[in-house]
Amino acid sequence: MEAAMGLMRRMPPKHIDTALSALLSLLPQHSSDLLSQVDQPLQVLCDSEYGKEFILCEYNRDADSYRSPWSNIYHPPLEDGSLPSVELRKLEIEANDIFAVYRDQYYEGGISSVYMWEDDNEGFVACFLIKKDGSKTGQGRRGYLQEGAWDAIHVIEVGPDEEGTTNYRLTSTVMLSLTTDNESAGTFSLSGSIRRQMNMKLPVQEGHLCNMGRMIEEMESKLRNSLDQVYFGKTKEMVCTLRPPAEIVMRLPDS
Amino acid sequence: MADEEEAELSEKQKIDIAKWFLLNSPPGEIQFVAKDVKAVVNDDVLYEEAASEAFPLYNKSHMISLEMPGGIGEVLVTSFGELEGTEFLDPRTAQVAVVDHIKQVCTDVRPALDEELPSAYVEEFRCALDAEILRYVGEAYPKGVCSVYCGNGKDAEGPGSDFELVVVISAARHSPQNFCNGSWRSVWIIEFKDDVQILELKGKLQVGAHYFEEGNVQLDAKHECKDSTIFQSSEDCAITIGNIIRQHEAEYLASLEASYSNLPDTTFKDLRRKLPVTRTLFPWQNTLQFSLTRDITKELGIGK
Repeated sequence: MEAAMGLMRRMPPKHIDTALSALLSLLPQHSSDLLSQVDQPLQVLCDSEYGKEFILCEYNRDADSYRSPWSNIYHPPLEDGSLPSVELRKLEIEANDIFAVYRDQYYEGGISSVYMWEDDNEGFVACFLIKKDGSKTGQGRRGYLQEGAWDAIHVIEVGPDEEGTTNYRLTSTVMLSLTTDNESAGTFSLSGSIRRQMNMKLPVQEGHLCNMGRMIEEMESKLRNSLDQVYFGKTKEMVCTLRPPAEIVMRLPDS
Repeated sequence: MADEEEAELSEKQKIDIAKWFLLNSPPGEIQFVAKDVKAVVNDDVLYEEAASEAFPLYNKSHMISLEMPGGIGEVLVTSFGELEGTEFLDPRTAQVAVVDHIKQVCTDVRPALDEELPSAYVEEFRCALDAEILRYVGEAYPKGVCSVYCGNGKDAEGPGSDFELVVVISAARHSPQNFCNGSWRSVWIIEFKDDVQILELKGKLQVGAHYFEEGNVQLDAKHECKDSTIFQSSEDCAITIGNIIRQHEAEYLASLEASYSNLPDTTFKDLRRKLPVTRTLFPWQNTLQFSLTRDITKELGIGK
């Protein structure tokens, strides 16, 4: 299992699905561990009743069916598929509506889905998912990207109410890939995945949605920033170490 | 039971999977990947077979450089210098290096045979170009290794026949302690066309980088370019080719830098904006209000 995770850290992020299915076939005995520890690019299905797409993940899956957050119905249909409580479903509906607005403001398109379920210690878990195709042929409004994908997975464990405050434990993963292609610069492709955690104890006065939303917004900005500044920056640094730009070469003393 | 048997992979499939992982190793990381692949495959015989097929391919496509014994320099493992099996020609020293692909070391050298080397006529062009490229690589790449091979027509005896030289530049930097590895590979194929007295250049540049501190981010960039010049004396050809390569590679580096600087404000924005279209943080505090309004509109029956 350790070796499998080691491989996942080294394989090109744009081939995550191939790498994962290869590991699943080699290590069938570890399939549940692999599926829970390796985040994969998100898939979507269309909710026939609402004519809206929703995102698939382990959290809305029961057997081979996935529950749509819009109609609360499993696709393909499943009898006695597990459902959240009435109370939680209400919050889930609200979260989906609001998160769709949030998603549109930051992503100018894309698909989002929120799923919630009760957990064993009087709290609940919420999973917020966003998928954006930013390519020219997808929803990239500026048309810079030949290929561009952003998948975000935010899982928040919400603890029980303790005298007006609650513990929130957020685990977020962002997977992205982008490729630009043009005559003068050739193909330029960056892909990556990072995962971070954040814990907060917050008053519930303003409501869970408000707290979870703020945490996700902060986390997404952090992840975007570190991908952009740190991770992409490090690969750029590497390129400039391999072949320093001319002005640096000239400054080096003759050896 | 039947299902399980079906799900069981054949030996061939296991080897293919092992090879896939090995061949997709980032620059300089195949040994680390190999260790994990070996553990995952959990069958030494199958692993050895996969490794024996994958390592030579990886070494040649990454054009790794290996120190030759006796301190005579480094040999590049490339398909252009490949003789038979594990032997690779180093044109500069006219030595043939024997390579252990899996250990990634050069175990032995022997002088090249006459028939493995180009004719004196071609060698004159090759040698002049090698000196020029060596100078350029020394200036432009802190850790670059280069070789000039004769591709086709190595037996051309003098004016009147075509031949082809291949310039290979390979620069790698491995710093696992900084969680970063990368490589730059250039291949320039230069056709010396005798009848039209023209040199045609075709370049293939490939740059890769991997940063993996608490994450996994990889750059994969490729570019192809073309140029041509007139056929001159060996010295003049070398200088002109050197300048053309220098210019194209400097331009490519500049375009890579431009791609990077375009990221934050243009390219990345098509995935996710830094701030919402409203340019202020999302008004989560209004969500309570939002849901109240929604309840009211629902009750009043004026839903969307």
